[in-house]
Amino acid sequence: MYAQQIKTGARRLKSLAEMEPQERAFQEHVDAGSKIEPKDWMPDGYRKTLIRQISQHAHSEIVGQLPEANWISRAPTLERKAILLAKVQDEAGHGLYLYCAAETLGISRDQMLEQLHNGQAKYSSIFNYPTLTWADVGMIGWLVDGAAIMNQVPLQRCSYGPYSRAMVRVCKEESFHQRQGYDSLIKLCRHGTAAQKEMAQDALNRWWWPALMMFGPPDGESVHSAQSMAWKIKQNTNDELRQKFVDQTVPQADYLGLEVPDPDLRWNDARGSYDFGEIDWEEFHRVLGGDGPCNRQRLEDRVRAWEDGAWFRDGLMAHANKKADQKSLGRADAA
Amino acid sequence: MMSEWPLWEIFIRGQHGGSHRHVGSLHAPDAEKAILNARDVYTRRNEGVSIWAVRAGDITASAPGDKGPLFEPSNSKVYRHPTFFDIPDDVGAM
Ligand SMILES: [Fe+2]
Ligand SMILES: [Fe+2]
Repeated sequence: MYAQQIKTGARRLKSLAEMEPQERAFQEHVDAGSKIEPKDWMPDGYRKTLIRQISQHAHSEIVGQLPEANWISRAPTLERKAILLAKVQDEAGHGLYLYCAAETLGISRDQMLEQLHNGQAKYSSIFNYPTLTWADVGMIGWLVDGAAIMNQVPLQRCSYGPYSRAMVRVCKEESFHQRQGYDSLIKLCRHGTAAQKEMAQDALNRWWWPALMMFGPPDGESVHSAQSMAWKIKQNTNDELRQKFVDQTVPQADYLGLEVPDPDLRWNDARGSYDFGEIDWEEFHRVLGGDGPCNRQRLEDRVRAWEDGAWFRDGLMAHANKKADQKSLGRADAA
Repeated sequence: MMSEWPLWEIFIRGQHGGSHRHVGSLHAPDAEKAILNARDVYTRRNEGVSIWAVRAGDITASAPGDKGPLFEPSNSKVYRHPTFFDIPDDVGAM
């Protein structure tokens, strides 16, 4: 998802009986559905897992602006441009809510950015694919934000208070993102020319599988997934969410008259769900590991934006310090 | 990397009266910029008519460990709630 393959440091799940009193009290608190707040005691693994997950989620929101930003100056109408600008601005906001939530766990903003810029921290694999045509912008709203919603709705119930509250804000804004994308695809597919529809089909062909990869590999026997679930950081398995996404999205593709690029896709009456084909996990690992079509460009753009903004950040801080000094000098004079 | 901008806690009062409520935090070099940033980060959909920005370091918070001594005494004072008292129906609305 926006946070993929988060390690928890756990080798196996501890039972309540094996825990020291402090940890047992913590786990019982979580089991009861209560929230953990920044100053509460928490196991080291819980803290580290959350820092990893929330910072990766924040980085995804921030890097996620780049593929769409490519089209702000190229949007087909002024209205579409204004909508896209508002959507991308929301994503910046999501990144900021999430960085703040992570900071309550004792990591600084600068540390997180440093980890992003030196490649130590990851962000979602999906943002390493290029946006070649205007239809890609619609596809991102419909599929990428759609998949993000699937994942973020249950995160509102996450056991960590600041993360769950940030997710409540994010979810309120996310539905607009998906709808504006689908709306622009309706225009292309149902009111557009044959060439425009073809452009949308081409975009779906390229985005469908990467969108399914967003949910991450099957959890299987993963101890990290089990631990995250015991801590109520994670509520559903990757496969559960992916299935839900496919079931919701296929009829929407039908409405657009687009064909999902999966020869194995078919409705399974017995399961009441769609069966779908094998995902290329090798591609996923390659892209997450830094070798997707746009990884280098994305990171370069981020680092350049940070470095180019340094004079501005430093200048404002210097100005603020000067004003604060003058104020305290003035006060000393008056005394 | 020079010094990170300080952290501010942001409180917003919404359209329909009520008190300012904590909505989150952000970084800004000074109070003036904190208000401007809060406008962009927390009121993109008309969520507020007034913003307070407070330096995070200036907030004193109660410790989680003090929850018992601070809040438990009020548990036993059930007579602070109106439902503690049975008023006969004949008296009418009260
Ligand atoms: Fe977002
Ligand atoms: Fe979004």
